[in-house]
Amino acid sequence: MDLFFQQILNGLTIGSVYSLVALGLTLVFGILHVPNFAHGALYMVGAYIALTVMTALGVHYWIGLIIAVIVIALLSVLMERLVFSRLDSKDPLPIMIASIGILFFLESFAQYMWGSQYQRMVTPYGDTIQIFGLTVTMQRLLVIIAAVALMYALHLFLTKTMTGAAIIAMSQSKNGAFLVGINATRVSMLTFAIAGGLAAAAATLAAPINLVFPSMGNLVIMKAFVIIIIGGMGSIPGAIIGGYILGMAESLGATYISGDYKDLIAFVLLVLILTMKPNGLFAKGVK
Amino acid sequence: MTKKTYLLLALLVAALLFPILVPNQYYLQILILVFIWTIAVYGLNTITGLTGQLSLAHAGFFAIGAYSLGLLTINAGIPFWAAFVLAIVITTIISFFIGIVALRTKSHFFAIYTMSVGFLIYLIIYKSELTGGVRGLIGIPNPAPIGPLTFESIQSYYYLMLFFLLLTIFFMYRLFHSLLGKTFIAIRNSEELAETLGISVMKNKLLAFVISAGLASLSGALYASYVRFLGPQMADIHVAFEILLYLLVGGIGTLAGPLIGTFIVVVLTQMLQFLEEFRMLVFGPIVVLLILFYPRGIVGGYLMWRAKRAKKQKVAEASSTKGENGNAVNH
Repeated sequence: MDLFFQQILNGLTIGSVYSLVALGLTLVFGILHVPNFAHGALYMVGAYIALTVMTALGVHYWIGLIIAVIVIALLSVLMERLVFSRLDSKDPLPIMIASIGILFFLESFAQYMWGSQYQRMVTPYGDTIQIFGLTVTMQRLLVIIAAVALMYALHLFLTKTMTGAAIIAMSQSKNGAFLVGINATRVSMLTFAIAGGLAAAAATLAAPINLVFPSMGNLVIMKAFVIIIIGGMGSIPGAIIGGYILGMAESLGATYISGDYKDLIAFVLLVLILTMKPNGLFAKGVK
Repeated sequence: MTKKTYLLLALLVAALLFPILVPNQYYLQILILVFIWTIAVYGLNTITGLTGQLSLAHAGFFAIGAYSLGLLTINAGIPFWAAFVLAIVITTIISFFIGIVALRTKSHFFAIYTMSVGFLIYLIIYKSELTGGVRGLIGIPNPAPIGPLTFESIQSYYYLMLFFLLLTIFFMYRLFHSLLGKTFIAIRNSEELAETLGISVMKNKLLAFVISAGLASLSGALYASYVRFLGPQMADIHVAFEILLYLLVGGIGTLAGPLIGTFIVVVLTQMLQFLEEFRMLVFGPIVVLLILFYPRGIVGGYLMWRAKRAKKQKVAEASSTKGENGNAVNH
């Protein structure tokens, strides 16, 4: 039974990371209709930025995380300005191809800058503690707590501020938002910034557990796509719940079915879901 | 038209005489790779260029074709050419069943679905005992001799690949100028409209998907018989992207695009050898710039330019004749 609860806790940790990444992806998709394949590359570069400022400047873990979030948010906005805002959101093919182009550029860039070997990120939270008879590292608990805090902050931002309301309005009806005078450029830049920031935060939180390497974003982004399809593309609660479901399924599947094929679970799940419901579960207005 | 025919004939003669005139092994190797990849790019062009569905499972079908040939010849001991045909048949059957399910999804969903299928194929090849896993598959035999033709020298490989490439181009030419090709394009332009015209969208998309996978597996089987070593990396999503890059540079949805795009990128890659794994530092931005400023690629851009020029000439002619008429009235 201990093993079971240990795996539940692991599932919560992985699920928190997945949820944060899927949240950014679903914001950009639901509001701007951009299926951003480069989102995983932002995640990866985020981890490297945090690692670099931590080792090169010797700053604290949290400062490293904040710098990574800011840098990646800016990079994400730059992507939006230079590429996605210039493409017609009604034609999916060019957008998808362009985002794949950015993905491979960033991955190659990371390999060039930081080398292709695996790197370890050291945190001040390496100690293990005992709760309810389970042994966990502080870092794992931190991932869960920080992720929930971030999600709650995002929820407050979206529901309590005017800017947040504008983002929600854009996601509900683009034309309606224009009619009441919402600045579309500002909203889309902001959305990309939030999405990038969430990815960088997720990466820096997960990096001490998972190591840092150039292709670390690939599996995460594919799974994030699976999650937003499970949760309904563009749905914020869907992305969060979907992330935790997948995290749990993988963690329990690895223990009780097969560790070798744990990465298969997400894709088998996706293939099954899309086979039965070609528009995804909980499909809403978003095409 | 005659000028074009002469040009094509000259190109064909040049391709046939190349190994005799330039007995350079290195150049021949590059051209062989160009020929093999071009066939796969024609495959992607059928589903993505003509029918407008971005498939990211293409590297998977390429790998299934290659591995089928490898496993059938090494493990099952089936004669080479029988295995060759079987490899393509197996892939088309698999792609038929994947297509039935995948094509119920649209645009983004289709791309993500095929990406997942591609990844599943990669993972299965990577983890399976049968395929040799990470170690890969070694010892794929030479193509067996056909009558007096033997395939041992690099020149003979060159002609074998050229033969299959010409076959593919001929097939694509017929497809482009057939009702079926036009049907595919109608679906790309608007599925709803095509449906209203009485076109069975699903059936035609499935056909395009199967043709596409068939060409990819042909390319994969040729690759296996040329390189004679297979690793799971060939099913990686990067390979799917590479094929897409060749198609984009040449011109998506055009007849000559795949050949020209593959040739240029492969030769360019050879010239940029010093970049090796950092190639994407150059090619990533190229893809983004192409999509932003030159979405039709080299061939598509040229066709547009020619069409514009012809239109301008027509307008100029029309206005000059109008001018004469005007003068006539004044007289």
